[in-house]
Amino acid sequence: MMKLPFDLPFAAGPEGPAADAGWQDAPDRKGFFTDTSICIGCKACEVACKEWNGVPQDGIYELLGSSYDNTGALGASTWRHVAFIEQRVPRSAPVDLGMPSFDRPGEKHDHQARDQETGDFRWLMSSDVCKHCTNAACLDVCPTGSLFRTEFGTVVVQDDICNGCGYCVPACPYGVIERRNGPEGTKNVGIAQKCTLCYDRLGAGKTPACAQACPTESIQFGDVVELRERAAQRIRKLHEQGVTDARLYGADPHDGVGGAGAFFLLLDEPEVYGLPPDPVVTTRDLPAMWKRAAIAAAGLAAVAVASFAGSRR
Amino acid sequence: MSADRPAGVGPVSGGQGGEQDRGNRRGGPGRGRGRRGGGRREQPVVPDANFVSYYGRPVVRASPWKADIPTYFFAGGLAAGSSLLAAGADLTGRPGLRRATRIAALGSVGVSLYTLVHDLGRPARALNMLRVIKPTSPMSMGTWSLTAFGPLAGVAAVAEVAPALERRLPPRLRWTARLLAVAARPSGLLAAAVAPMVGTYTGVLIADTATPAWHEGRRELPYVFAASAATAAAGLGMITAPVAEAGPARRMGMIGAAADLVAEYRMETSMGIVSQTLREGSAGRLMRASKVLTLGGALGVLVLGRRSRVAAIASGAALLAGSAGTKFGIFHAGQASALDPRYTVVPQRERMEGGGSTGPRRP
Repeated sequence: MMKLPFDLPFAAGPEGPAADAGWQDAPDRKGFFTDTSICIGCKACEVACKEWNGVPQDGIYELLGSSYDNTGALGASTWRHVAFIEQRVPRSAPVDLGMPSFDRPGEKHDHQARDQETGDFRWLMSSDVCKHCTNAACLDVCPTGSLFRTEFGTVVVQDDICNGCGYCVPACPYGVIERRNGPEGTKNVGIAQKCTLCYDRLGAGKTPACAQACPTESIQFGDVVELRERAAQRIRKLHEQGVTDARLYGADPHDGVGGAGAFFLLLDEPEVYGLPPDPVVTTRDLPAMWKRAAIAAAGLAAVAVASFAGSRR
Repeated sequence: MSADRPAGVGPVSGGQGGEQDRGNRRGGPGRGRGRRGGGRREQPVVPDANFVSYYGRPVVRASPWKADIPTYFFAGGLAAGSSLLAAGADLTGRPGLRRATRIAALGSVGVSLYTLVHDLGRPARALNMLRVIKPTSPMSMGTWSLTAFGPLAGVAAVAEVAPALERRLPPRLRWTARLLAVAARPSGLLAAAVAPMVGTYTGVLIADTATPAWHEGRRELPYVFAASAATAAAGLGMITAPVAEAGPARRMGMIGAAADLVAEYRMETSMGIVSQTLREGSAGRLMRASKVLTLGGALGVLVLGRRSRVAAIASGAALLAGSAGTKFGIFHAGQASALDPRYTVVPQRERMEGGGSTGPRRP
């Protein structure tokens, strides 16, 4: 594999991404653990985020026809997004207790049959946010240096530097960051916007607005190392209680983005929540791509030479 | 929907109406077969894969780029190829071809710069691109190579008017025209040295995204873009240069067209289900048109190119249009692939079933 004159930080060292980015004596890496099993879908996080960060209205007020989710998705003007999923789950066949019944033997009650038809119902609710990846594609591809790694290991846009090239938008494997649209005069219009993990509040030793507002502590803020331990404990407990669908998402430092600073406990497959099942930071493949580009460039030069070599005037 | 169906055989969710259903589908009852809407009966070439999505909404975000960006891909390739032709024409004594291709290089680099700035959300901050040199960002590397290329191509092109300039300038200022004339060849050669990078890096630029059609095409995109740059420049060279001097342009056009068709074929056959986006909708129409034009242009060059000026112009125009079609087609395929969650979820699921992509590993 070609070695580039620089080393892409594909796996942050034990000191974490902030140290990798050159911070000295960086504080512990900060992040979110969003435990969706106790999310009640109140959207306090969405509101608190908008209020604290002065995020403008995102589109017109419209009903999206997706349960209670009329926000839609994360974007330039939506930094927290609560997803609502309505699911029918099959009800296990009722155990025959041998009770006397009014039916002839072998026949089912109507309502029993109906119960089995409809099954049980559950609501999945999950507050999504920027993942603050260990290897962040948005940051890697930013040509102006506007996106940067903070001392807390988070990824933040510098509003006064971004020129709105839009490259980070397709680069993000989660579809989080977006260039803000809107009429002239809208705050930060034309530049890339996303969650800052409340960089301003962190600097003052405060908890980010969304975590502060969460009434069930579904959104937990803290040191990533500690949050990962807490998440592992929580998943063990849920599995013991028989919630075998529970799984962690983004907590593994060996995944395609080197682990997320904001990770989740989900109760179903990631794609059910609109999350990619196996996200990868695309810059991981960049050395191989540059190598191919070098071969292609040499080929283009060779074609030019060959075109003139054939005939002499 | 009945609850006791086995996984995978639930009713299909339609393309349009079934959004709410899709979110509901999961392992057990009615795990959605994410099939296209409409009543297509024939067996699709690629079997429809099971996938689940959140109300059919995209997982990754499509780029905010409009026609500016594929126009730039085309113009940048045209500039790169033209400056290569110009350098060759300069060294082999073909003044007609040299003049035409130098002017083409300057004109298309001008279009490139205009489209690149116009596309920005904050055009006034365009120069912020020059704050950093960042090898992890293909756009940064490309900006720097264009920054080197533009002035060099500019000097070479403006030098074409140096003799006329020298006659008109007052004697005191004639040295500027002579300086231009002296600088023309080194500038043109240096521009040609940077040109291959200018013509190919755009393939890396779009491949280095989570947009499925672009990232899955990452192995072939630099080749497709390099070949497309060659055909475009050759096409314009055949239109603007005298037939007697355009031999190298004709050869470049034929080699470029062959390389373009081969690289595109290899790309389409190596992308899995995502290759559908290169066949469907506006991207599919553009890609098909570009293949016909590229092939037709190359055949025109082969059969009639050296005989008549009209045939040279027609073939050249076909090659130019074919190159533009490739760039716009690939652009639109990428946008479409980002908007349909299938192209994000299904390949990732397949990767996971093959052991997962986990770990900071480079393929």
